[in-house]
Amino acid sequence: MRDPALFDYACRLGDDSLILGQRLSEWCGHAPMLEIDLSLANIGLDLIGQATHLLALAGEAEGLGRDADALAFRRDVLDFRNCLLVEQPNGDFARTVARQFIFSNFQELQFRELARSSNAALAAVAAKAVKEVAYHARFANEWMVRLGDGTEESHARAEAALEWLWRYADELFAVDAATEALIAAGVAIDVRPLRIEWAMRVARTLHEATLKVPEPRRPVHGGRVGHHSEHLGHLLAGMQFLERAYPGAKW
Amino acid sequence: MSDRTSKGEEAGQAKRIWPLWEVFIRARNGLSHKHAGSVHAADARMALEAARDTYTRRMEGVSLWVVPSKEIVASDPGEAAALFEPAADKIYRHPTFYSIPGNVKNI
Repeated sequence: MRDPALFDYACRLGDDSLILGQRLSEWCGHAPMLEIDLSLANIGLDLIGQATHLLALAGEAEGLGRDADALAFRRDVLDFRNCLLVEQPNGDFARTVARQFIFSNFQELQFRELARSSNAALAAVAAKAVKEVAYHARFANEWMVRLGDGTEESHARAEAALEWLWRYADELFAVDAATEALIAAGVAIDVRPLRIEWAMRVARTLHEATLKVPEPRRPVHGGRVGHHSEHLGHLLAGMQFLERAYPGAKW
Repeated sequence: MSDRTSKGEEAGQAKRIWPLWEVFIRARNGLSHKHAGSVHAADARMALEAARDTYTRRMEGVSLWVVPSKEIVASDPGEAAALFEPAADKIYRHPTFYSIPGNVKNI
Protein backbone atom coordinates (compact mmCIF):
# COMPACT_ATOMS: atom_id res chain seq x y z
CA MET A 1 0.00 0.00 0.00
CA ARG A 2 1.44 3.35 -0.99
CA ASP A 3 1.93 5.70 1.94
CA PRO A 4 4.00 8.78 1.02
CA ALA A 5 3.90 10.19 4.56
CA LEU A 6 5.28 6.96 6.03
CA PHE A 7 7.88 6.80 3.26
CA ASP A 8 9.09 10.27 4.22
CA TYR A 9 9.09 9.49 7.94
CA ALA A 10 10.95 6.19 7.56
CA CYS A 11 13.50 7.93 5.31
CA ARG A 12 14.12 10.55 7.99
CA LEU A 13 14.73 7.89 10.62
CA GLY A 14 16.75 5.64 8.34
CA ASP A 15 18.86 8.43 6.85
CA ASP A 16 19.85 9.67 10.31
CA SER A 17 21.24 6.22 11.11
CA LEU A 18 22.75 5.64 7.66
CA ILE A 19 24.62 8.93 7.40
CA LEU A 20 25.96 8.84 10.95
CA GLY A 21 26.99 5.22 10.46
CA GLN A 22 28.85 6.17 7.28
CA ARG A 23 30.55 9.07 9.08
CA LEU A 24 31.70 6.81 11.90
CA SER A 25 33.06 4.27 9.41
CA GLU A 26 35.51 6.97 8.27
CA TRP A 27 37.31 6.48 11.60
CA CYS A 28 38.03 2.84 10.76
CA GLY A 29 41.79 2.45 10.92
CA HIS A 30 42.30 6.06 12.06
CA ALA A 31 41.02 6.19 15.64
CA PRO A 32 43.41 7.23 18.42
CA MET A 33 43.54 3.69 19.88
CA LEU A 34 42.67 0.24 18.56
CA GLU A 35 39.96 -0.09 21.22
CA ILE A 36 38.29 3.16 20.13
CA ASP A 37 38.59 2.12 16.51
CA LEU A 38 36.55 -1.01 17.31
CA SER A 39 34.02 0.90 19.40
CA LEU A 40 33.35 3.48 16.70
CA ALA A 41 33.10 0.80 14.02
CA ASN A 42 30.67 -1.17 16.19
CA ILE A 43 28.47 1.86 16.70
CA GLY A 44 28.62 2.64 12.99
CA LEU A 45 27.58 -0.93 12.12
CA ASP A 46 24.68 -0.80 14.59
CA LEU A 47 23.49 2.38 12.88
CA ILE A 48 23.83 0.96 9.38
CA GLY A 49 21.87 -2.11 10.53
CA GLN A 50 19.07 0.15 11.74
CA ALA A 51 19.17 2.03 8.45
CA THR A 52 18.80 -1.23 6.53
CA HIS A 53 15.56 -2.05 8.35
CA LEU A 54 14.17 1.48 8.26
CA LEU A 55 14.92 2.07 4.59
CA ALA A 56 13.41 -1.32 3.72
CA LEU A 57 10.24 -0.13 5.46
CA ALA A 58 10.45 3.13 3.55
CA GLY A 59 10.73 1.25 0.28
CA GLU A 60 7.62 -0.79 1.08
CA ALA A 61 5.69 2.35 2.01
CA GLU A 62 6.78 3.99 -1.22
CA GLY A 63 5.54 1.02 -3.23
CA LEU A 64 7.76 1.57 -6.25
CA GLY A 65 9.90 -1.50 -5.76
CA ARG A 66 12.92 0.25 -4.27
CA ASP A 67 14.70 -1.70 -1.53
CA ALA A 68 17.04 -0.41 1.18
CA ASP A 69 20.08 -0.58 -1.12
CA ALA A 70 18.32 1.36 -3.86
CA LEU A 71 17.40 4.07 -1.38
CA ALA A 72 20.84 4.21 0.20
CA PHE A 73 22.97 4.05 -2.94
CA ARG A 74 20.86 5.46 -5.75
CA ARG A 75 19.17 8.49 -4.22
CA ASP A 76 20.57 11.97 -4.88
CA VAL A 77 21.59 14.35 -2.16
CA LEU A 78 18.41 16.45 -2.30
CA ASP A 79 16.33 13.34 -1.58
CA PHE A 80 18.08 12.54 1.69
CA ARG A 81 16.09 13.41 4.82
CA ASN A 82 18.66 13.12 7.61
CA CYS A 83 19.16 15.93 10.10
CA LEU A 84 22.12 18.24 9.52
CA LEU A 85 23.88 17.14 12.71
CA VAL A 86 24.73 13.64 11.51
CA GLU A 87 26.28 14.75 8.22
CA GLN A 88 28.75 17.12 9.89
CA PRO A 89 32.36 16.02 9.36
CA ASN A 90 34.10 14.01 12.07
CA GLY A 91 36.56 16.81 12.90
CA ASP A 92 38.79 15.83 15.79
CA PHE A 93 37.89 13.04 18.23
CA ALA A 94 36.17 15.55 20.54
CA ARG A 95 33.85 16.69 17.77
CA THR A 96 32.97 13.11 16.86
CA VAL A 97 32.20 12.39 20.52
CA ALA A 98 30.16 15.59 20.94
CA ARG A 99 28.11 14.78 17.81
CA GLN A 100 27.44 11.28 19.13
CA PHE A 101 26.61 12.69 22.55
CA ILE A 102 24.00 15.11 21.19
CA PHE A 103 22.53 12.56 18.79
CA SER A 104 22.54 9.26 20.72
CA ASN A 105 20.93 10.83 23.77
CA PHE A 106 18.17 12.02 21.44
CA GLN A 107 17.92 8.81 19.43
CA GLU A 108 17.61 6.64 22.52
CA LEU A 109 14.56 8.61 23.69
CA GLN A 110 13.15 8.64 20.17
CA PHE A 111 13.37 4.85 19.74
CA ARG A 112 12.12 4.24 23.26
CA GLU A 113 8.90 6.08 22.34
CA LEU A 114 8.77 4.70 18.81
CA ALA A 115 8.73 1.16 20.23
CA ARG A 116 5.08 1.94 21.06
CA SER A 117 4.21 2.98 17.50
CA SER A 118 0.90 1.71 16.10
CA ASN A 119 2.93 0.56 13.09
CA ALA A 120 4.13 -2.88 14.21
CA ALA A 121 7.13 -2.97 11.87
CA LEU A 122 8.40 0.43 13.01
CA ALA A 123 7.82 -0.53 16.64
CA ALA A 124 9.82 -3.75 16.21
CA VAL A 125 12.81 -1.96 14.65
CA ALA A 126 12.73 0.66 17.40
CA ALA A 127 12.50 -1.92 20.18
CA LYS A 128 15.61 -3.67 18.89
CA ALA A 129 17.51 -0.46 18.17
CA VAL A 130 16.87 1.20 21.52
CA LYS A 131 19.17 -1.31 23.25
CA GLU A 132 21.96 -0.58 20.80
CA VAL A 133 21.52 3.16 21.10
CA ALA A 134 21.46 3.03 24.90
CA TYR A 135 25.01 1.75 24.63
CA HIS A 136 25.96 4.44 22.09
CA ALA A 137 24.70 7.09 24.51
CA ARG A 138 26.62 5.52 27.35
CA PHE A 139 29.81 5.45 25.28
CA ALA A 140 29.39 9.10 24.27
CA ASN A 141 28.48 10.22 27.81
CA GLU A 142 31.53 8.48 29.29
CA TRP A 143 33.80 10.08 26.71
CA MET A 144 32.30 13.54 27.18
CA VAL A 145 33.16 13.27 30.88
CA ARG A 146 36.70 12.09 30.21
CA LEU A 147 37.39 14.76 27.62
CA GLY A 148 35.73 17.56 29.59
CA ASP A 149 37.27 16.55 32.90
CA GLY A 150 40.55 15.44 31.35
CA THR A 151 43.47 17.64 30.36
CA GLU A 152 43.38 21.35 29.60
CA GLU A 153 43.57 20.52 25.88
CA SER A 154 40.84 17.87 25.91
CA HIS A 155 38.57 20.23 27.87
CA ALA A 156 39.14 23.04 25.37
CA ARG A 157 38.50 20.72 22.42
CA ALA A 158 35.32 19.30 23.94
CA GLU A 159 34.08 22.80 24.67
CA ALA A 160 34.83 23.98 21.12
CA ALA A 161 33.11 20.89 19.67
CA LEU A 162 29.91 21.52 21.62
CA GLU A 163 29.96 25.19 20.66
CA TRP A 164 30.27 24.24 17.00
CA LEU A 165 27.59 21.54 16.96
CA TRP A 166 25.01 23.08 19.28
CA ARG A 167 23.26 24.93 16.43
CA TYR A 168 22.23 21.57 14.93
CA ALA A 169 20.51 20.21 18.06
CA ASP A 170 17.28 22.14 17.57
CA GLU A 171 16.43 20.32 14.35
CA LEU A 172 16.23 17.00 16.21
CA PHE A 173 13.13 18.21 18.03
CA ALA A 174 11.36 19.88 15.10
CA VAL A 175 8.02 18.58 13.83
CA ASP A 176 6.53 19.74 10.54
CA ALA A 177 3.18 19.32 8.82
CA ALA A 178 4.37 16.14 7.07
CA THR A 179 4.74 14.38 10.41
CA GLU A 180 1.73 15.83 12.26
CA ALA A 181 -0.75 13.49 10.55
CA LEU A 182 1.39 10.45 11.34
CA ILE A 183 1.66 11.55 14.96
CA ALA A 184 -2.13 11.85 15.15
CA ALA A 185 -2.40 8.32 13.76
CA GLY A 186 0.00 7.00 16.42
CA VAL A 187 2.53 5.91 13.77
CA ALA A 188 5.14 8.64 14.29
CA ILE A 189 6.10 9.99 17.67
CA ASP A 190 6.04 13.60 18.76
CA VAL A 191 9.68 14.42 19.53
CA ARG A 192 8.95 17.86 20.98
CA PRO A 193 8.13 16.71 24.54
CA LEU A 194 11.32 14.63 24.60
CA ARG A 195 13.43 17.77 24.59
CA ILE A 196 13.07 18.33 28.34
CA GLU A 197 14.35 14.87 29.22
CA TRP A 198 17.10 15.17 26.64
CA ALA A 199 18.19 18.54 28.05
CA MET A 200 18.29 17.09 31.56
CA ARG A 201 20.39 14.11 30.50
CA VAL A 202 22.76 16.31 28.54
CA ALA A 203 23.08 18.82 31.37
CA ARG A 204 23.79 16.07 33.91
CA THR A 205 26.64 14.64 31.84
CA LEU A 206 28.08 18.05 31.00
CA HIS A 207 28.05 18.97 34.68
CA GLU A 208 30.02 15.84 35.46
CA ALA A 209 32.34 16.73 32.58
CA THR A 210 32.92 20.23 34.06
CA LEU A 211 31.56 21.65 30.80
CA LYS A 212 28.88 24.30 30.44
CA VAL A 213 25.70 23.71 28.49
CA PRO A 214 26.17 26.03 25.49
CA GLU A 215 24.00 29.14 25.31
CA PRO A 216 21.01 28.87 22.97
CA ARG A 217 21.82 30.14 19.51
CA ARG A 218 20.18 30.60 16.15
CA PRO A 219 19.39 27.04 15.06
CA VAL A 220 20.02 25.68 11.59
CA HIS A 221 17.34 23.51 9.97
CA GLY A 222 16.78 22.05 6.52
CA GLY A 223 17.90 18.43 6.47
CA ARG A 224 14.36 17.05 6.87
CA VAL A 225 13.33 18.67 3.57
CA GLY A 226 16.55 17.96 1.71
CA HIS A 227 18.37 21.26 2.24
CA HIS A 228 21.73 19.90 3.28
CA SER A 229 25.13 21.34 4.04
CA GLU A 230 27.82 20.91 1.39
CA HIS A 231 29.27 18.01 3.40
CA LEU A 232 26.55 15.49 2.55
CA GLY A 233 27.29 15.50 -1.19
CA HIS A 234 30.93 14.64 -0.52
CA LEU A 235 29.92 11.87 1.87
CA LEU A 236 27.53 10.38 -0.70
CA ALA A 237 30.17 10.59 -3.44
CA GLY A 238 32.29 8.18 -1.42
CA MET A 239 29.44 6.02 -0.17
CA GLN A 240 27.65 5.64 -3.51
CA PHE A 241 30.63 5.47 -5.85
CA LEU A 242 30.74 1.71 -6.24
CA GLU A 243 27.03 1.24 -6.89
CA ARG A 244 26.98 4.21 -9.29
CA ALA A 245 30.04 3.05 -11.23
CA TYR A 246 29.09 -0.65 -11.25
CA PRO A 247 25.30 -0.85 -10.87
CA GLY A 248 24.17 -4.03 -9.15
CA ALA A 249 27.75 -5.08 -8.39
CA LYS A 250 28.00 -8.14 -6.16
CA TRP A 251 30.88 -9.93 -4.46
CA MET B 1 63.80 15.03 11.76
CA SER B 2 66.31 15.77 14.56
CA ASP B 3 67.00 13.41 17.43
CA ARG B 4 65.65 15.91 19.89
CA THR B 5 62.25 16.03 18.20
CA SER B 6 61.86 12.28 17.87
CA LYS B 7 62.79 11.74 21.54
CA GLY B 8 60.26 14.36 22.54
CA GLU B 9 57.65 12.53 20.50
CA GLU B 10 58.59 9.23 22.06
CA ALA B 11 58.19 10.66 25.56
CA GLY B 12 54.82 12.11 24.57
CA GLN B 13 53.73 8.76 23.14
CA ALA B 14 54.79 6.90 26.28
CA LYS B 15 52.79 9.26 28.47
CA ARG B 16 49.71 8.82 26.32
CA ILE B 17 49.67 5.02 26.43
CA TRP B 18 46.87 3.82 28.65
CA PRO B 19 47.24 1.05 31.21
CA LEU B 20 46.55 -2.52 30.18
CA TRP B 21 43.61 -4.53 31.54
CA GLU B 22 43.06 -8.29 31.42
CA VAL B 23 39.61 -9.32 30.24
CA PHE B 24 37.67 -12.31 31.58
CA ILE B 25 34.38 -13.49 30.08
CA ARG B 26 31.68 -15.74 31.48
CA ALA B 27 30.33 -17.53 28.42
CA ARG B 28 27.06 -18.41 30.11
CA ASN B 29 25.60 -18.70 33.55
CA GLY B 30 27.01 -21.63 35.48
CA LEU B 31 30.46 -21.40 33.89
CA SER B 32 33.40 -19.53 35.38
CA HIS B 33 34.98 -16.46 33.85
CA LYS B 34 37.76 -17.33 31.39
CA HIS B 35 40.63 -15.16 30.27
CA ALA B 36 39.92 -13.74 26.81
CA GLY B 37 42.66 -11.18 26.19
CA SER B 38 43.50 -7.62 27.14
CA VAL B 39 42.57 -4.04 26.30
CA HIS B 40 44.07 -0.60 26.84
CA ALA B 41 41.88 1.86 28.74
CA ALA B 42 42.28 4.93 30.90
CA ASP B 43 40.13 3.64 33.76
CA ALA B 44 37.98 0.71 34.86
CA ARG B 45 34.68 1.80 33.30
CA MET B 46 36.30 2.50 29.95
CA ALA B 47 38.10 -0.84 30.19
CA LEU B 48 34.72 -2.58 30.55
CA GLU B 49 33.39 -0.77 27.47
CA ALA B 50 36.49 -1.57 25.44
CA ALA B 51 36.25 -5.21 26.55
CA ARG B 52 32.58 -5.30 25.53
CA ASP B 53 33.38 -3.91 22.09
CA THR B 54 36.49 -6.02 21.56
CA TYR B 55 35.52 -9.42 22.95
CA THR B 56 31.73 -9.79 23.12
CA ARG B 57 30.65 -8.69 19.65
CA ARG B 58 29.64 -12.21 18.66
CA MET B 59 27.64 -13.15 21.74
CA GLU B 60 30.66 -14.59 23.53
CA GLY B 61 29.44 -13.80 27.00
CA VAL B 62 26.95 -12.80 29.64
CA SER B 63 29.37 -11.21 32.11
CA LEU B 64 32.71 -9.40 31.96
CA TRP B 65 35.53 -8.84 34.43
CA VAL B 66 38.44 -6.49 33.84
CA VAL B 67 41.51 -6.54 36.05
CA PRO B 68 44.53 -4.21 35.86
CA SER B 69 47.26 -6.30 34.21
CA LYS B 70 49.83 -5.04 36.71
CA GLU B 71 47.83 -6.71 39.49
CA ILE B 72 48.30 -10.16 37.94
CA VAL B 73 50.93 -12.17 39.80
CA ALA B 74 52.51 -14.79 37.54
CA SER B 75 54.47 -17.92 38.34
CA ASP B 76 58.14 -17.89 37.38
CA PRO B 77 58.78 -19.89 34.18
CA GLY B 78 62.15 -20.86 35.69
CA GLU B 79 60.31 -22.75 38.41
CA ALA B 80 58.03 -24.58 35.99
CA ALA B 81 59.81 -27.88 36.47
CA ALA B 82 59.43 -27.80 40.25
CA LEU B 83 55.89 -26.52 40.15
CA PHE B 84 54.31 -28.62 37.44
CA GLU B 85 56.35 -31.68 36.50
CA PRO B 86 55.64 -33.62 39.72
CA ALA B 87 52.03 -33.90 38.54
CA ALA B 88 53.04 -35.60 35.29
CA ASP B 89 53.18 -39.21 36.59
CA LYS B 90 50.16 -39.03 38.89
CA ILE B 91 47.40 -39.97 36.49
CA TYR B 92 45.33 -41.31 39.39
CA ARG B 93 44.50 -37.67 40.16
CA HIS B 94 42.43 -37.49 36.96
CA PRO B 95 38.79 -38.45 37.45
CA THR B 96 38.93 -40.77 34.46
CA PHE B 97 38.28 -44.09 36.17
CA TYR B 98 34.52 -43.84 36.29
CA SER B 99 31.95 -42.94 33.66
CA ILE B 100 30.00 -39.69 33.64
CA PRO B 101 26.25 -39.86 33.00
CA GLY B 102 25.46 -38.62 29.51
CA ASN B 103 23.22 -35.77 30.57
CA VAL B 104 25.75 -34.07 32.87
CA LYS B 105 26.98 -30.93 31.15
CA ASN B 106 30.03 -28.71 31.57
CA ILE B 107 32.51 -31.32 32.78
